[in-house]
Amino acid sequence: MGAENSNAEVEVVVRDSYGRLLAWLSTRTRDIASAEDALSGALVAALEKWPIDGVPTAPVAWLLTAARRRLLDDSRNESRRLAILQELAHLPDDSTQTEVAEFPDERIKLMLVCAHEALDPALHAALMLQTVLGLEASEIARAYVVSPTTMAQQLVRAKQKLRVAGVSFDFPGPVRLAARLPALLAAIYAAYSTSWDAGVETDHRLAELASEAVLLARFVVKALPTEPEARGLLALLLFSHASRVARFTTAGEFVPLAEQDVNLWDNTLIAEADQHLVTAAASQAPGRFQLEAAIQSAHCDRRRTGETVWEAIIQLYDALLSLEFRLGAAVSRAAAIGEANGSSAGLAALDELPLDRCRNYQPYWATRAHLLKRSGHMTEATVCFTTAIGMTEDPRVRDYLKRSLDIELRADDI
Amino acid sequence: MKYAILIHEPKSDFAKRTGPDAPAYWAGWMAYTQAVQQAGVMVGGAGLEPPDTATTLRSTNGKRVIHDGPYADSKEQLGGFYLIEVPSLDEALDWAAKCPAAGSGSVEVRAVLPPPPSAS
Repeated sequence: MGAENSNAEVEVVVRDSYGRLLAWLSTRTRDIASAEDALSGALVAALEKWPIDGVPTAPVAWLLTAARRRLLDDSRNESRRLAILQELAHLPDDSTQTEVAEFPDERIKLMLVCAHEALDPALHAALMLQTVLGLEASEIARAYVVSPTTMAQQLVRAKQKLRVAGVSFDFPGPVRLAARLPALLAAIYAAYSTSWDAGVETDHRLAELASEAVLLARFVVKALPTEPEARGLLALLLFSHASRVARFTTAGEFVPLAEQDVNLWDNTLIAEADQHLVTAAASQAPGRFQLEAAIQSAHCDRRRTGETVWEAIIQLYDALLSLEFRLGAAVSRAAAIGEANGSSAGLAALDELPLDRCRNYQPYWATRAHLLKRSGHMTEATVCFTTAIGMTEDPRVRDYLKRSLDIELRADDI
Repeated sequence: MKYAILIHEPKSDFAKRTGPDAPAYWAGWMAYTQAVQQAGVMVGGAGLEPPDTATTLRSTNGKRVIHDGPYADSKEQLGGFYLIEVPSLDEALDWAAKCPAAGSGSVEVRAVLPPPPSAS
């Protein structure tokens, strides 16, 4: 067995089991940071030993035993040491058989801790990416466009707070779970959205962030299969993920959803998303993510029928807005009304929105521009396009809006 | 774990301690204190006289500098505290949410520092 093989082996084991091992250790010690230290110490030891002794038959159990030993050695404080000893004693000692398949998956507990209301919601997803998926703070920092030092410090502080404030790592009861699950789902959704919102230069690693967010959503569904909103979120992410290739041309030009080439959509992901949506709907407890996923599903029907049923989409937006007013949903609803009932109806729907909240909202101006353009109000459309372009961060979307404006100006010249 | 529930009340709450609002104000605190005690989580605590009766001291180069009033002039002031013992932050937050000041002021929850290693 060469060193290279062992490195590869460690990598495979780490990829599959890092979050599981960390969840198991930290739920028993209520201390993520020390569990991380112990686990990384065990990984270093594995890299040293496995090339010489060969990869153990049960590598995950080997890592767990090594990490546990480190945790016990490191806990200098005697009373803490006793507490940890008691907690860790439940592990079948020096088990050689406990492998990933039988190893209890307690990642959901860790995820719920990461989404605890005692932490800044902006940190929920970052903390999950680091602890559950084992991403480096520097990788997370790149995705969130903050300095690696800042991100690392924030994560250290968050873990310290969880420990010092005595946050419970036990699986919450139904009432607490119902209160905390929305924050958990929102954090995963935010991580996924971050990957959409960013510009060209960060494209690759953000695509990875999107996949990581899908993975987190999968973990939640696996752990909580009867939570309809968890499935709704997974369905929504899978739908979005299915159209990721069609979102830009090979030349990097932005293509809006309604104009995308349906042949580029990933049918396997769409089928899976639809399945989750059907399962979720059986609970008859509609929620934000299920409805947003249903809207995506309605768009996906264009693959089969060749046209978009805007009336159905408007109804879904109505249902979504009846749960809670969200500016993004209201603007998208106006766009759908513009498609179904004509531009002036769409503009009327936009006019009903609170202008003070729309003023700095790019989708409002982009939607307004397109509706004005289609109804032949060229001068007003130009003003709105210019405003929208000025508010757009993604250069590809900026170029798309510029192209729409150019076409309109040329039409104006004729 | 032991937690301190620190009660920060606005001026209007301190004003309710006397006068026509006093019965309702105190009834709220009595009920809360009773609930904390009955749940068996009470470790200790105290209400504090209003902030305008506070005296704040700093020592600079061995010289006392005393000033009349609380340490910081903020909209909400410390009105009292409870010490409770509960399994985790979740339960401590539940108790904080039931505290009468949660609606009018703010309630801060902090874990009590464990004894330093040398002391054990």
